[in-house]
Amino acid sequence: MNIIACVKQVPDTEAQIKVKADGSGIDEGGIKWVMNPYDEFGVEEALRLKEKFGGEVTIVCVGPARAMETIRTALAMGADKGIQIDDPALYEADSYATAEALAAAIKGLPYDIIFCGQRAIDDDSGQVGSILAELLGIPVVTMVTKLEVEGNSAKATRPIEGAQLVISTSLPCVITATKGLNEPRYASLPGIMKAKKKPVDIKNAAALGISVAPKAKVVKFVPPPARPPGKIVCADDTPEGKAAELVKLLREEAKVI
Amino acid sequence: MGKGVFFVAEQRDGALRKVSFELASTARKLADQLGEEVGAVLCGSGVEAMAAELAKYGADKVFVVDNPALEPYTTGAHAQAVAQVVKDNNPAILLCAASAQGKDLSAALVGKLATGMATDCTDLRIENGRLVAVRPMYAGKCYGEVVIATDPQMASLRPNVFPVVECAKAGQVIKVDAALGELKTKVVEVLKDAGGKIDVTEANIVISGGRGMKGPENFVILEELAALLGAAVGASRAAVDAGWRPQSDQVGQTGKVVSPNLYIACGISGAIQHLAGMSSSKYIVAINKDPEAPIFQKADYGVVDDLFKVVPEMTKEVKKLLG
Repeated sequence: MNIIACVKQVPDTEAQIKVKADGSGIDEGGIKWVMNPYDEFGVEEALRLKEKFGGEVTIVCVGPARAMETIRTALAMGADKGIQIDDPALYEADSYATAEALAAAIKGLPYDIIFCGQRAIDDDSGQVGSILAELLGIPVVTMVTKLEVEGNSAKATRPIEGAQLVISTSLPCVITATKGLNEPRYASLPGIMKAKKKPVDIKNAAALGISVAPKAKVVKFVPPPARPPGKIVCADDTPEGKAAELVKLLREEAKVI
Repeated sequence: MGKGVFFVAEQRDGALRKVSFELASTARKLADQLGEEVGAVLCGSGVEAMAAELAKYGADKVFVVDNPALEPYTTGAHAQAVAQVVKDNNPAILLCAASAQGKDLSAALVGKLATGMATDCTDLRIENGRLVAVRPMYAGKCYGEVVIATDPQMASLRPNVFPVVECAKAGQVIKVDAALGELKTKVVEVLKDAGGKIDVTEANIVISGGRGMKGPENFVILEELAALLGAAVGASRAAVDAGWRPQSDQVGQTGKVVSPNLYIACGISGAIQHLAGMSSSKYIVAINKDPEAPIFQKADYGVVDDLFKVVPEMTKEVKKLLG
């Protein structure tokens, strides 16, 4: 089985995000970079399929030089080889341009399943997997929490509000992974040593023959709207008094209950 | 250049979802600023009767794609149907819901229509005849203002954020016969969550518990209060990772982003990744023993006390209120 897992390098979830003074982007100083947590679920699922059916896992990543660390992490977990698409023209790529770059890199490769994270936790767009599927002309199932592959098809479970859908899809397909799909493994020390010798191809936009003009552009970054200072509910300093006061405030001042 | 503001109405099990009215009202507002028409796209099987409801909230035209193959929802069929309406009518703006189904559909449409989209927007405005979409990024740690160079300019709307305003229009029904082609995915089973539980992303009130709940058995006190208020019960990553609550209830950067009218955080210290998932709530209440907990920085109302004493008292008070 040939499996592809797309990964992105993003700021760690604990990172404070500071907007640059001119609003042109975020200040990357002091940020700890990690593999997008949703992509990790995709890499893990790819490795489990390889362990079950045999085959090869290829990691594909759009990102600058620092993103090589994330590719090496995936290789250390057990993936076989990597492709890094690094081009300054892609540093402000929107979802469509990113998907075009991934599609161009993937087109010549054999694949049965392509994994993406359901969204990257930096731009939170959640579009790349679906656009990639469209560009490759294959089906997609998004937000998958359970996957069973059998022969030439797969059954994927995806939550919607108030229910879980079980969806059958033909292969090849794109699966976007979400929390619940699996518990990603940590890279072992021998894995980390081996990863250093695994092949990673670095390509730019010209080599892939793609144009990278973004269709959607963030023209201004702004800090989140400030919340007005809150009140500490003291009342008579007993839990009963505080609870009564709080319920009264929610009813009469906020008018939300 | 396209003309008109279109939106994709979302329906399930024979009824329009509330977010459809939020979409209609928002589309109406933008269209009025542009001096253009609102077109609704309604896909499903036996859905034509819902068109009148969309007219009530501002749809000039309702494009109805009625086909048994559109029920239940699948990505391929719905994306094909909506894409055809869009290609035939060339709107300037296309709005979708940032619900579970809407996120799936809108991302597929971006691919089919080769355009750009701002996901999960919390504000939209028109500047110089073009859409400016405001959306949280980094799960709300910062916001981005997005413009889209191609038409249709797509935006998905975070549910529960945009107001619903009645504004009756003609709602002329236009039936569309869409070629859906061969479908590669199929819903083979629908497993309903127990007890018709409200999803945290759809509830007007969310009551969440964190590490301070001390164990899964204690969530019952939140559930009692939630039942009275018609609220959903959420959880922090700590509570989910400990196995106390299902993943579908997790609020935060690696869970769900919620924006209810009222968010009550119980025993949640307020790690940045949690704050990211709930700080767009209209009112925030924090109940925590630790006065230094970062959650109090975000709270409109803070109660520094033992949640195991305060929450049951709140339940009593609410019972009194509701008679």
